[in-house]
Amino acid sequence: MFGLDKKDTSMLIIVACLTLFAPFILNPFPTDSAMAQFNAGYPDLMQRFVIFGIFAIGFNILFGLTGYLSFGHAAFLGAGSYSAVWMFKLVGMNVIPAILLSVIVAGLFALLIGFVSLRRSGIYFSILTLAFAQMSFNLAYSVLTPITNGETGLQLTLDDPRILGVSATADGSIPVTSLFGLEMRSTFEMAIGPWAFQFNVGYYLCALILLAAFYLSIRIFRSPFGMMLRAVKSNQQRMNYTGLNTRPYTLAAFVISGMYAGLAGGLMASMDPLAGAERMQWTASGEVVLMTILGGAGTLIGPVLGAGFIKYFENIFSKINDNVLHSWFSFMPDGMEDALVFIVHPFIGKGWHLTLGILFMLVVIFLPGGLVEGGQRIKGWLSRRKAKDSNTSGETNPAE
Amino acid sequence: MSEFDASRRRVLKTGAIAGAGVALPTIFTASSAAAFTNEPTGGTVTLGFNVPQTGPYADEGADELRAYELAVEHLNGGGDGGMMNTFSSKALQGNGILGKKVEYVTGDTQTKSDAARASAKSMIEKDGAVMITGGSSSGVAIAVQGLCQEAGVIFMAGLTHSNDTTGKDKKANGFRHFFNGYMSGAALAPVLKNLYGSDRTAYHLTADYTWGWTQEESIAAATEALGWNTVNKVRTPLAATDFSSYIAPVLNSGADVLVLNHYGGNMVNSLTNAVQFGLRDKVVNGKNFEIVVPLYSRLMAKGAGANVKGIHGSTNWHWTLQDEGSKAFVKSFGTKYGFPPSQAAHTTYCQTLLYADAVERAGTFNPCGVVEALEGFEFDGLGNGKTLYRAEDHQCFKDVLVVRGKENPTSEFDLLEVVEVTPRAQVEYAPDHPMFAGGNLGACNPGA
Repeated sequence: MFGLDKKDTSMLIIVACLTLFAPFILNPFPTDSAMAQFNAGYPDLMQRFVIFGIFAIGFNILFGLTGYLSFGHAAFLGAGSYSAVWMFKLVGMNVIPAILLSVIVAGLFALLIGFVSLRRSGIYFSILTLAFAQMSFNLAYSVLTPITNGETGLQLTLDDPRILGVSATADGSIPVTSLFGLEMRSTFEMAIGPWAFQFNVGYYLCALILLAAFYLSIRIFRSPFGMMLRAVKSNQQRMNYTGLNTRPYTLAAFVISGMYAGLAGGLMASMDPLAGAERMQWTASGEVVLMTILGGAGTLIGPVLGAGFIKYFENIFSKINDNVLHSWFSFMPDGMEDALVFIVHPFIGKGWHLTLGILFMLVVIFLPGGLVEGGQRIKGWLSRRKAKDSNTSGETNPAE
Repeated sequence: MSEFDASRRRVLKTGAIAGAGVALPTIFTASSAAAFTNEPTGGTVTLGFNVPQTGPYADEGADELRAYELAVEHLNGGGDGGMMNTFSSKALQGNGILGKKVEYVTGDTQTKSDAARASAKSMIEKDGAVMITGGSSSGVAIAVQGLCQEAGVIFMAGLTHSNDTTGKDKKANGFRHFFNGYMSGAALAPVLKNLYGSDRTAYHLTADYTWGWTQEESIAAATEALGWNTVNKVRTPLAATDFSSYIAPVLNSGADVLVLNHYGGNMVNSLTNAVQFGLRDKVVNGKNFEIVVPLYSRLMAKGAGANVKGIHGSTNWHWTLQDEGSKAFVKSFGTKYGFPPSQAAHTTYCQTLLYADAVERAGTFNPCGVVEALEGFEFDGLGNGKTLYRAEDHQCFKDVLVVRGKENPTSEFDLLEVVEVTPRAQVEYAPDHPMFAGGNLGACNPGA
């Protein structure tokens, strides 16, 4: 289907099911139960899952295929966000022009940075991209304040021109982002028994774009172009000796991956029309590297899994406080309850980084191929056990 | 034939069950069922406390959270009731808000606009918070205030001192109890004139974001009106932890006063650097070199230790105040946590009480009702004397304290002494004052 082989088609279908039914999958616990704390099926977080999924897929095209480790991808995300918000300020609240501009701006920006940075490879390339990203961050943070509004972040105001829309709605508030009148924030809530599922327009727009982005990335992975990028990863020097100029290929990969980041940035701004400079900070660049490695660099689905994993921790674990802990352990005797809360305390709330760090270490040490490798191992273990089971049942035990 | 029947029946049955599954359990869009965003329907109401738990303002955030917990306890009828007993409005009964038990969720703003908005969004979308409060940075407060306006919930600003919060970025759903940069300037200027005279040269170091900019503008304007001269204004990144490279040029600038428009961890570090460079022992232009910290807090004084002795600044509230409200608050906070509250704790506690009281008086959680109840509301007994929530910009007007780092502290909390209580009339300004112009409240938004 769509020019994919059977395995890729089934993977695309799995991803499609996962994203389309995410409101159900991510809300496994009834709303009133104590476990509702772990539900992640609310619009903002679901949007983040898919948006960072797109970001990580794009990053993986560069890092997974060519092996070039960019430490400055957040710069493209930020550039995309700023251009999208400017479109909302100047043109109108439709998300299409905003997303298009953000992809184009990020692409041009990537062309510029890639042209310079790709003259070096390995650690030097990483440092160059890191330097460029930090430079963009500092520009956005202070020097370019008229364009970026500095640390406060670029926001919509009531007196923006919005030539194709209205500056303010009839009741005097800022109009909301929409797709030809379909408001991004409108949410359809469905209550089934004790469960409540939220279907958000913005989320489904992001999800469809994620599917398109995922499909494109499969095609790139399977194309001759993708093969060329893999060859760059395995031995660039040998390619050069055979008379092939690899730079156009790496530059193309860099720009494509920058455009993915811009797309993610544009979508972020479309869901919530604000752009802050910290989106460009090196920590944000590092985050996408973590996502890709955690999920499995070079695999198709890994980056999406990694993005979901990290965003889940950031948004769910950071919101557990001591109060919640006490209510969990309240069935225990007082002393033990306090002791348990004391032990768990450093790992929740503001300590979520610690929990994530430990998990990241465990994954890198025991599953160097990321979460995807974990999945493969479980699959392998299951099929081996099955095979063993059928073997033993097929055997006739000799009577003693 | 019978087989066909069975399968048809099965089809019908499946269809009926599916239909019931979709139709029975009240399918509704948020707009049709609820009158406003997150209308509390059960026996509880959820408030969202969004404070920095990491980053340069983490100390303030932790103290804010303590105050919120105390306020929730008092609203639900626990503890000794704190300032609920001294508050001039007697609408609160100690049985929650409108009879609903108050529950809360917490989040970490990380002192970043993006993270703060994500956290606030999850409170609104996932936890059903009907009011968001907190923020220890004006950048964050403005970002979250904008979000709350869009989402249709009330935002009760915490520690935010920028003129813009109730100036050019004011929003109908947002309210600020804390004072602002202009008020600091208006309160400090006369005191500085008495102390240091009217012939001074000032050098500003400013945290590079909305709060720093507006405070710098306010202080510079107030001191220049005294006849002071401003030689330089240098912006420093909020995330900076070492200010030595910014302090060194001050020595050669010819300035004899250093104004630190820094807060929290920033101020602790910059003041410490300044003292290490010997600025306070210098004599420039025949006058002693002085340092001014326009926005002061006890937590900062504690962080900077002996360096704050004799340094002047302004503050919203201080725990040594002797009015009934302050005494009641200090007592119940001290009983619960073992130390006195900071100004951040005070303002967030007041904001929670003011919100609850407004809901009681309005008789509804509907943001538009709450806005109406708070606009032009005059009250007393919350530690700042007679206070007005001005309708034009949703800013509280009250007395401002000028404080000084104490020379001989008697305890680790007794670090500041109140030099002067500047009366409200002296710090008032017109809603269209140039430093606050350019914004528009817009209409209140109930969401949904």
